[in-house]
Amino acid sequence: MIAFADLLERLVFTPGRLAKIALLRRYFATQPDPDRGFGLAALTGELAFQAAKPAMVRALVEERTDPVLFAMSRDYVGDLAETVALIWPAAPSNAGPPRMTEVVQTLLSTPKSELPAVLAGWLDASDASVRYALLKLITGELRVGASARLAKVALAEVAEGRIAADEIEEVWHSLVPPYAPLFAWIGGGGPRPDPAGAPVFRSPMLAHPLEATDIAALLPSAYRAEWKWDGIRVQLVATPHGRRIFSRGADDISQAFPEIVEAMEFHAVLDGELLVIRDGEVQPFADLQQRLNRKAPGAKAQRDYPVAVRLYDLLFDGAEDLRPLPFDQRRVRLEAWHARHSPPRMDLSELIPFATVDELSVIRDGARAASIEGLMLKRGDSAYVPGRPKGQWWKWKRDPLTIDAVVMYAQRGHGKRSSYYSDYTFGLWREDGELVPVGKAYSGFTDAELVTLDRWIRNHTIHRFGPVREVERGLVLEIAFDAAQRSNRHKSGVALRFPRVTRVRMDKPAEEADRLDTLMRLIAGATQA
Amino acid sequence: MPPHPETWLKVRPDGLYCEPGDFFIDPLRPVGRAVITHAHADHARPGHDAVLASPETLALMDVRMGVGRAGAVQQALPYGEPISMGEVRLWMEPAGHVLGSAQVAMEWRGSRAVVSGDYKRQPDPTCLPFVPIPCDVFVTEATFALPVFRHPPAEHEVAKLLDSVALFPDRTHVVGAYALGKAQRVIALLRRAGWDRPIFLHGAQMPLCAAYERLGIPLGELLPATVAGKDKLQGAVVIAPPSAIADRWARRLAEPVVCNASGWMRVRQRARSKGVELPLVISDHCDWDELNQTLDDVGAPEVWVTHGREEALIHEAAKRGIRGRALRLVGYGDEQEDLAEPAAA
Ligand SMILES: [Zn+2]
Ligand SMILES: [Zn+2]
Repeated sequence: MIAFADLLERLVFTPGRLAKIALLRRYFATQPDPDRGFGLAALTGELAFQAAKPAMVRALVEERTDPVLFAMSRDYVGDLAETVALIWPAAPSNAGPPRMTEVVQTLLSTPKSELPAVLAGWLDASDASVRYALLKLITGELRVGASARLAKVALAEVAEGRIAADEIEEVWHSLVPPYAPLFAWIGGGGPRPDPAGAPVFRSPMLAHPLEATDIAALLPSAYRAEWKWDGIRVQLVATPHGRRIFSRGADDISQAFPEIVEAMEFHAVLDGELLVIRDGEVQPFADLQQRLNRKAPGAKAQRDYPVAVRLYDLLFDGAEDLRPLPFDQRRVRLEAWHARHSPPRMDLSELIPFATVDELSVIRDGARAASIEGLMLKRGDSAYVPGRPKGQWWKWKRDPLTIDAVVMYAQRGHGKRSSYYSDYTFGLWREDGELVPVGKAYSGFTDAELVTLDRWIRNHTIHRFGPVREVERGLVLEIAFDAAQRSNRHKSGVALRFPRVTRVRMDKPAEEADRLDTLMRLIAGATQA
Repeated sequence: MPPHPETWLKVRPDGLYCEPGDFFIDPLRPVGRAVITHAHADHARPGHDAVLASPETLALMDVRMGVGRAGAVQQALPYGEPISMGEVRLWMEPAGHVLGSAQVAMEWRGSRAVVSGDYKRQPDPTCLPFVPIPCDVFVTEATFALPVFRHPPAEHEVAKLLDSVALFPDRTHVVGAYALGKAQRVIALLRRAGWDRPIFLHGAQMPLCAAYERLGIPLGELLPATVAGKDKLQGAVVIAPPSAIADRWARRLAEPVVCNASGWMRVRQRARSKGVELPLVISDHCDWDELNQTLDDVGAPEVWVTHGREEALIHEAAKRGIRGRALRLVGYGDEQEDLAEPAAA
């Protein structure tokens, strides 16, 4: 458990992606089986058992500590597990801290009534950092700040280039902790694990953003166009062995969308967009967010936010792998498949006919629904290849909306940006002359602009609250965003999709920034009202 | 029966005052006669008429505030040499906090009080260890007086740092450490752990490191970080004031791993709010166990707490029959240094 606790400690504080991968790689490369397998399971959330409730941990620590001192400590530290890890009185013991494997196996086999004594013994034998990892693991609160994807990239690095992270992804969901066949394969001592009909994830094909220079070279007849919907990209996998809904990042999100799983009465692998669709209309992303926030939605959430999948592609029909086929042929198969099965809660992404790029451009600009981000262009002869192959698929986002907003607060960034004030809360003027915050932006500016912004923030601070600075109402930023949506969680009543800084308007007086009214008129659908 | 120390050692607005000796200990404002426990800014302030301190403390005060600015008349008092101050017999013993740090022991008419200043019990290669002095009243600080504060051995933390340097050989490890005491301790610990490459310093750390060397604490090769190019700083260890590590100054470093050496790093939220990537729990103050061990070692029936988390310590002391009293002296505590705006250096 020491190596795992050390890893956890570092991951929690490490902002950089590459640094996280380096830490993970070393852990996987140096720890023995099956410890590292259980460690991997803990990191990827596959060990999500809750063996102990916080109340049990509290009872245990109260037996060992002075209640007054514990209360003071808890007040100071905040988190219960951390307080217990730090305050647990040292008890001289010959036993070393438990190994990861011992912890997992013991938790699986120990009756609940014996667990307090077992846990107390482990805490006695451990230092604060191991105690923290143990308590977080046992109470099911282990959140690491490293995605499952990073763990797979690190595993691929352990294989020193022989195996790609995407290949690990494709066998991943057929494996169970402690992943002995996976580590054998990565270490070069075993074959590629065979998913054998298990519902596993296939790395999705992704698109490049279409830049102005690419547009000129585009041959219209070679491409097919579809709407780019603002939902979440999903992969539906149904085999005789099970049904899964995967996010683009290979997270299994089946439990959050039981009505979709129920509708998967077929054996196929499909690529599509998960959307909230009400009366045939795709609803704004904020509605889908209501579902994404719930791990197990009740009947009411299912009724209020009805979800459906708009199908883009058919990767497997039964056991037949269609990915090598060109897009046009897959599309024919998809349409035939859909007609044959007509699964509930699933419709086809429509193909948009066009003859010229100019025509397409008009179509793109004409789409103002908040649920449409722009267009997807796919080569008719493109095979379905994981990753972002060049020149095959393009995403052509429509031009963003913009407002001129006033910076109100600034906060330091993370990692390389930790010495800069790089996160800005901006606001617009209300009728009564008050400035109300409407969003936060932390990207879009150049490095040189960041230096200017940082200096301005430091020189115009009026208040400081911890890491946040409140600044004079004197700096205008042009903010671009993809859509504005009504929101009652924001003071302003509006939420922006993907706000980013497009220009620093040092030239513009703050009084001349936009009014909240202007933004409210940009809310999708507001014009009809 | 000897007089109770509260009849002759008193809290005044300027600080702790010894009446029969007519002097203040670590006064907060300029006074006639000051006895200084150690050279940290919250204890050693400039402009007194007469100053008494250990020779090392006087030397470090010269570096910190300018030669002669500590006081018009300066008297150096080595450890363990009693002198008379008015009717009071006074001597100093090591406090183990930083180089020159001293506890002030005072005796008047058979009654003895000891003011410990800041102190710790962990070994420190840059200063002499704390010596417990039996007394009637022991005056202590309580910066880390909560049972969640238990400082691991400093060697363990330095090993963590070197392990990270090995894992990220292209990045600079910048360690936040106070310019007086902590910086030199971290450097000395690195040397003991076998790190013999040059250690780079923020400008603010240079004069005090030089002073330590003059006072006989070897620190190995030290170079200014400011003039070294980014490529020279790859894989290097840089020591800087805590206020500089995550700020503009750190931009000159190669993809810095921000480390901070402080007892506060024991608590995650403290580390996270400062943007620290590698927290190192290295403290020049006592942790909970050291504080309580010390109360037992000095055996005083009464303990006065100058500042910090006095409630917890007084509660714990009461359980052992030790009477506690909170002095609530404002103006002490390293936290203020923590929050200071970064210097332009
Ligand atoms: Zn001090
Ligand atoms: Zn102090």
